[in-house]
Amino acid sequence: MLADKDRIFTNLYGFQPWNLDAARTRGDWADTKELMSVGPDAVIDAVKASGLRGRGGAGFPTGMKWSFMPKTPNPDRPSYLVVNADESEPGSCKDREIIRHDPHKLIEGALIAGFAMRARAAFIYIRGEYIAEARVLMAAVEEAYAAGLIGRNACGTGYDFDVVVHRGGGAYICGEETAMIESLEGKKGQPRLKPPFPAGAGLYGNPTTVNNVESIAVVPTILRRGPEWFAAIGRPKNEGTKLFQISGHVNRPCVVEEAMSIPFRQLIDEHCGGIRGGWDNLLAVIPGGSSVPLVPAHQIIDCPMDFDALRDLKSGLGTAAIIVMDKSTDIVRAIARLSYFYKHESCGQCTPCREGTGWMWRVMERLVTGDAEAHEIDMLLEVTTQVEGHTICALGDAAAWPIQGLIRHFRPEIEARIARRKGFVQVPGLAVAAE
Amino acid sequence: MSDFSDFAWTAENAAEAQRLIGLYPPGRQASAVMPLLWLAQYQMRDETGVAWLPVPVIEYVANQIGMPYIRAYEVASFYTMYNLKPIGRYHVQLCGTTPCLLRGSDEIMKACHDKGLKKGATTADGLFTLTEVECLGACANAPMVQINDHNYEDLTYATMRSILDALERGETPATGSQIGRTASCPEGGATTLKEMVGG
Repeated sequence: MLADKDRIFTNLYGFQPWNLDAARTRGDWADTKELMSVGPDAVIDAVKASGLRGRGGAGFPTGMKWSFMPKTPNPDRPSYLVVNADESEPGSCKDREIIRHDPHKLIEGALIAGFAMRARAAFIYIRGEYIAEARVLMAAVEEAYAAGLIGRNACGTGYDFDVVVHRGGGAYICGEETAMIESLEGKKGQPRLKPPFPAGAGLYGNPTTVNNVESIAVVPTILRRGPEWFAAIGRPKNEGTKLFQISGHVNRPCVVEEAMSIPFRQLIDEHCGGIRGGWDNLLAVIPGGSSVPLVPAHQIIDCPMDFDALRDLKSGLGTAAIIVMDKSTDIVRAIARLSYFYKHESCGQCTPCREGTGWMWRVMERLVTGDAEAHEIDMLLEVTTQVEGHTICALGDAAAWPIQGLIRHFRPEIEARIARRKGFVQVPGLAVAAE
Repeated sequence: MSDFSDFAWTAENAAEAQRLIGLYPPGRQASAVMPLLWLAQYQMRDETGVAWLPVPVIEYVANQIGMPYIRAYEVASFYTMYNLKPIGRYHVQLCGTTPCLLRGSDEIMKACHDKGLKKGATTADGLFTLTEVECLGACANAPMVQINDHNYEDLTYATMRSILDALERGETPATGSQIGRTASCPEGGATTLKEMVGG
């Protein structure tokens, strides 16, 4: 288990106040000026050396992302940091805990990250449903301004840096970075074609980097304790600590900070009181939020929970939102409900996604009851490949992958439902209970 | 204010609107459309008891930032949290996405139905509107609902019923976890940070 002294989010559950005084006792804002005194490039080098990979799902190296920003910004085109606090991926509930219980870690991180990428301001885009959380964050930003930590001459460094909290309005798609930028500009949140990438032309056409809340909030601690400290946790290329969010059929669901690469079984036994009904009762796990394919029990039990190990299982760490399903789960319905989610959240811009998500959901609903023909399983699989990769943003992919994972691992279950509906009680090679 | 064509900011909100516009760079006041629509929807709730955005209110916001009405409407209609139709005094937003589904959101929906609420509809007395929504980001405390500005988490059929009953009686039921958890800490006590949490 990760030692408490190596945890970054020491107020994860809010047992202490979130305010500035309490945050200072936890070490936030202690020596921010010194951390910045090494200069922007040294900050980027330290973040690169720490091995930090983006915590919003894609796992792109954070320091490298920052290095794409212009080194000498044009005063007429100021650079911006956008912090993605639109946490909407089903299963994900970690940024919420940072925002409502440790907001100063995020604000201090935004200042340091903004400084490293030579940005003029940070816009923190928080999902509209996080109402109480947004209130805390706005109050924390006010505290930081009043204390001279941000704003003009932030922390006495001579560097001017504003932080603006912007509330969303209930649209999952705004978690996509270019949709978020569109939304910030006062438009409906529909993704932009890339290129140009945001680092070249983002918010208001200016250089912009979009980072997840957790990616930004860990930065001050990484700099304080040194990149080698962070890099020593987890497996190579999967370094650091990580907020895991465990929901579904465990005895005690929770959010917890652990070492990256912790084996699934250890994570669940130590923090969640095990699988409901015991380990033999585990059916499958969605390890990284709704967009990643499910993994059957036998493959995940001893798997290290990190980017590369889960990619090798044809799934992904995503946001480390772990949705656990025991053998009581109607697995087809569980995935069909995700298909409904993507149908609901498709922004409608690209035809394969707008039409495909609805089509896939309707077929999935019929597969739940078995009201389908066996050949439609392959047809559905074929349609997922026509949506995947044929849209501007990754929502189309995210709608396709859960269905592909279901068919890959639970095809016999789907076939059995169809056979049962048709009145066959026995399928070759399968024992199906007569009803 | 029958057709809301005389909608205008309160003095306090007029100042707040100016502050919000000032958060964005000069010439970028279009960015303030979402915060202003939020402000207007809250003012509607305060003034009429119903949080929604009639056409004249959207026009008022659009005029303030020099945005064509249709573009402000496009924003208001794209984001699900802006209500373009009147809703009940309490908007029960029930999360039905898979993490809540696995923890029994069907039972929570049943509790609402048994109380007389119908999905997608407002009760005849105007008290409750029930909407099944997509993941609200409280998955480690599933199942959950959001009612107006507050979350009610770790629900059961019985606790959901008692929350609705309390609201109906005009009471203010306790928000957050309904089984006494602190945020997303594991039920029964933290497994980490024990010194920080004092046991």
